Amino acid sequence: MKILVAVKRVVDANVKVRVKADNSGVDLTNAKMAINPFCEIAVEEAIRLKEKGQAEEVIVVSIGDKACHEQIRTALALGADRGIHVDTEDGLQPLAVAKLLHAIVQREAIGLVLVGKQSIDTDNNQVAQMLAALAGMPQGTFACGVEVQDGKLKVVREIDGGEQTVLLSLPAVVSTDLRLNEPRYASLPNIMKAKKKPIDTLTPADLGVSVASRLRTLSVEPPPERSAGIKVASVDELIHRLKTEAKVI
Amino acid sequence: MKILVIAEHDNLSLKPATLSAVTAALAIGQPVDVLVAGAACASVASAAAAVVGVSRVLVADHPAHAAQLAESIAALVADIGTQYTHILAAATTTGKNLLPRVAALLDVAQISDIIAVKSADTFVRPIYAGNALATVQSEDPVKVISVRATAFAEAASAGNAATVESLNIVKEQALSAFVGQQLSTSERPELTAASVVISGGRGMQSGENFVLIEKVADKLGAAIGASRAAVDAGFVPNDMQVGQTGKIVAPELYIAVGISGAIQHLAGMKDSKVIVAINKDAEAPIFQVADYGLVDDLFKVLPELAEKL
Repeated sequence: MKILVAVKRVVDANVKVRVKADNSGVDLTNAKMAINPFCEIAVEEAIRLKEKGQAEEVIVVSIGDKACHEQIRTALALGADRGIHVDTEDGLQPLAVAKLLHAIVQREAIGLVLVGKQSIDTDNNQVAQMLAALAGMPQGTFACGVEVQDGKLKVVREIDGGEQTVLLSLPAVVSTDLRLNEPRYASLPNIMKAKKKPIDTLTPADLGVSVASRLRTLSVEPPPERSAGIKVASVDELIHRLKTEAKVI
Repeated sequence: MKILVIAEHDNLSLKPATLSAVTAALAIGQPVDVLVAGAACASVASAAAAVVGVSRVLVADHPAHAAQLAESIAALVADIGTQYTHILAAATTTGKNLLPRVAALLDVAQISDIIAVKSADTFVRPIYAGNALATVQSEDPVKVISVRATAFAEAASAGNAATVESLNIVKEQALSAFVGQQLSTSERPELTAASVVISGGRGMQSGENFVLIEKVADKLGAAIGASRAAVDAGFVPNDMQVGQTGKIVAPELYIAVGISGAIQHLAGMKDSKVIVAINKDAEAPIFQVADYGLVDDLFKVLPELAEKL
């Protein structure tokens, strides 16, 4: 089985972004960038499946401008076998991303797709479900457990009330949640080795996909600011203020 | 304009998040239909018909819909979806699982997690963990939208008698099968619906110590949440996580105990009306959003709170 993992280059999770003065977007100038944390979990899971002998090859794909080579290299250093860079402008909509991934799934005869459940920049949580729909595959979203069982995939999902288990036929699409695994760190020898692993570059035209969107961002504004309140000195003062001032208890 | 709201339910009762989705739908326009897809779900259909503002309830009651798996329900929704200008569901794990699949089948974008309706084609949604609000406009013929429940009041759940029609469409599929689920049971109010929430973080040090939080929660009739750090450390189960990728809450009172206030946690609770932070580290970022901060050891504060409340 071949596994495809998609990774997105996003602002580092610890950076607090600011909205640009002209409200056209957020200012990412000189911001530290990284693999989206959920995507990193997807890479780790793919590598573990390969280590268990349940996959022959792990292909990592990233979609965006040339800078995302950095994230592909990181995934290769973690253990992915080869990379695909789909060279486009940044900021494609999830539907366009799903169409591009679908084209790659068909080209490479992929048996399992692993993606992060959401990216921490646009917070959409859509690509896995959309890809599964386009490919006519089952979906195991928000996975906290993945196991190949008699040619099927058992997925434990994090849901609002607890956990749900589903059994999917393969090929399938899985989106990873936080508790699926703890990603490893890349070792120095593996980082060196990753430099020699191949990365193919494709364009949406090569894949026969139109990335046009009918969804436009009109403006981006900062949220209403919450100002810091006061410090209370004791539990008594806290209870008193919650009762008489805030009137919430 | 014709709007479809997908009901969230467990075949027995209608989940309150659906009522918020109805409010968002009514802010867009009318008529508003509600789809109840399930098995032996007549009680849900009656509940949906009573929701004020609903014109029609469509019931797809079939054993194949018992577990409401996305593969079959999305196909069903996409089948009737072209008759609508808007398809909405609450941005719960159920809605998040289902809606993008519907959108892709209809070859349209999905607008995730809206917090405001500007017009029938323009919506506001948080991005970057709520550190920015994007206003987006869709030119798609069908707008598929998930709704952040805490941003819209619940529509009145009684006082209407919408027509109920059965929908004889079944899209059985062999792609996926339901195996089972383990649901947390609690006597406490639901996290996303509670008027008081008290959450513990890494500072709690262990799952056993959450009993200190439970004692305070008992006094306040509060729901209990947790930060990602506490869930990742295995102190408490995942369904208690409040944050960017967990549950979004906006109670009257939110008490953060031993939580430093990482960006992704703030994203899940900063719309609470009053925020209290209890943390021994005076520099913790949580104090920057707290209305009342108490810099002290939580192991001293929690028992005292439980006693004095």
